Parts: sequence; structure tokens; C-alpha cells
Amino acid sequence: MLKKNLILIALTLILAFVPLIVLKNAKFEGADGLAEEAVLAIDPEYVPWFEPMIELPSGEVESLLFSLQAAIGAGVAGFILGRMTAGKKEVDSSARKG
Amino acid sequence: MYTKTAKIAIVLSSAAALVLLAAAPSGAMHIMEGFLPPLWALGWGLISLPFLVAGYFSIKRQVEVSHKYLVLIAMCGAFAFVMSSLKIPSLTGSSSHPTGVGLGAILFGPSAMAIIGIIVLLFQAFFLAHGGLTTLGANVFSMGIAGPMVSFLVYQLMKQLKVKSSTAVFLSVFSGNMMTYIVTATQLALAHPTNGDVMTSLIKFLGIFALTQIPLAISEGLVSVVVFSVLEKYNSEALKALKVIA
Repeated sequence: MLKKNLILIALTLILAFVPLIVLKNAKFEGADGLAEEAVLAIDPEYVPWFEPMIELPSGEVESLLFSLQAAIGAGVAGFILGRMTAGKKEVDSSARKG
Repeated sequence: MYTKTAKIAIVLSSAAALVLLAAAPSGAMHIMEGFLPPLWALGWGLISLPFLVAGYFSIKRQVEVSHKYLVLIAMCGAFAFVMSSLKIPSLTGSSSHPTGVGLGAILFGPSAMAIIGIIVLLFQAFFLAHGGLTTLGANVFSMGIAGPMVSFLVYQLMKQLKVKSSTAVFLSVFSGNMMTYIVTATQLALAHPTNGDVMTSLIKFLGIFALTQIPLAISEGLVSVVVFSVLEKYNSEALKALKVIA
């Protein structure tokens, strides 16, 4: 199972990194930014009627917050999966200790 | 299956949504703040409302059955948190986020994912200026409702066809992810037709969102298969109790 999972993860990493290598001149702008441009191209008079509640000062801060989101999620998921995969041994030994 | 209170709440919120929608005149990333005109923003919010209500009761009911489900739901939520935070480059030259809700939809059903979805969306709208509060309803519908629904239904179909679980998980998650972005493209096209023509806009938005999403949907499918296989190995009782595996 481990081997199969490692292959799947490797495939995922390849899928994610090949574009960076193959498309050297692409900017990899977010699709939502492109959609914003597309809306304004279709409807030049459209004015967004609401602004985001906060204005992020820079791309660096945005990266921080996305990393934070990933870290929180990964931390919780890792903790739960860790307990799940270690579960049986701990349950057995704590049952024996009484 | 649902308690009487839950049923009444679901019916009432559906009715309210339908009544208000009937009264209103009609014209991939998540839709950005302010980019859906107020009526559309409100409309999608109303459509999503009954699903959110159903999702709340669905989670409540499943957690009441077993405390272990709460942990598993938390894990699905955490998985969605991680997946949707990753901006991954695509072969089209742009980048986008996976949704991360497919796995949870397979395990806990689509309505539970509406709640998980709105939590992720609120986090991103508040802290990251990604997505938006006015577009919350639309984004919940695409990411928390339509996508998970497709994931769930495809998985059920695969289960009926006795397809191997890893293949089933992959196809379900892939389809759900694609559906989310197809719906997003549709929502934008409906709100911003090109000279009155929705189809032209739809093709344009599909090109931006859906095409970019294909490699990402594959990636999300692969990662979901990995996580699912771990769950299958170490928590098969829960999966069997949830009727996910035989």
C-alpha cells in the first residue's frame, strides 16, 4: 500500500511541477484573476459593487495566510491520521495496563 | 432519517428560497468579491440556504450516532482546508485551487459538505480576500453543494457497479471538482452575458476555469485516493458503518 501511495503522490507532484518546467514564459496567474479580466472584457461598464473587507498589503502576506491555512489543515489532518494509524497499539497497551 | 424539526426547517427554508426567487426578476477559483450583481448574489445565497440547513442537521445527526464521526468529519474539513489553500500551476499557464470537498462528500454525503464548504469560504473571504462575502452563496453552491453532490452520486454509482474503491474515489473526486468549476463558469456566464448571449460567455469562462482545472482535478483525485486508502486500512469499521465500503 505504501508503494502504491508513494507512486500516486509522485504523480501528483509531477502534474503540479511539469507546467513550471514546460511553460517557461507563463505567469501562472490565478484563474480568478483571469476571470475578473474576462468579466471586464465582456462587460466594460461593470463595476464591482462590493470590495473585499480587508486589503492584503502584498503578495508575501497573501502567501503567509495561504500557508497558514494549509498548515492548520495539514496539522489537524496529520494529527487525526496519526492517532488513527497508531490507535490499535495504544488501545491494546492501555487496556493491558488497566 | 431526519428528525421532524429538521424536516420542517428544511422545507421552510426551501419554500422561503423558492418564494423569494420567484419574486426576483431574472439577467474556479471562487467568484471574486463584488463580481456577481446583487440580485444574482442574493439568488444563489437563497438557493444554497436549504442545503446549508440540511447539512447542519446531517452533521448533527451523524455526530450523534458516533463521536468517532466527529473526528472523521474534522479530518475531511481539514483536508478541504489544505486542498483549497494550494494554488497549483496548470498546463494552461494559469493556476487554481483544488476544492478538497470530494472526499468528505463520499464519506458523509453532499449536504454535510455545504457546511464544511462555507467554513472554508468564510475563512478565505475574511482573511485572504479570496472569494467574497457577496459571492458566498454562489461559491457555496458550486463548491459546497454541486461539486459534492456529483462526487457523492458518482461514488454511489461506482459502488453499484462494484468498481474498485480507489478507482471509484478517483473518478468521484475528479468529477466533483470539475463540476464545481463548471458551475462557477455558468454562474459567471449567467450574470455577465456577452451582448445578451450567455453561451458565448459560458464558453469563455469554461475555457478559463474548467480547462485549467483538469490537471488539478486529477491531482486532487490522486491525493484523495491516498487518504482514502489510509482510512480504509486503519478505520475500516467507520467506513463500513458509513456504508462507504462493503
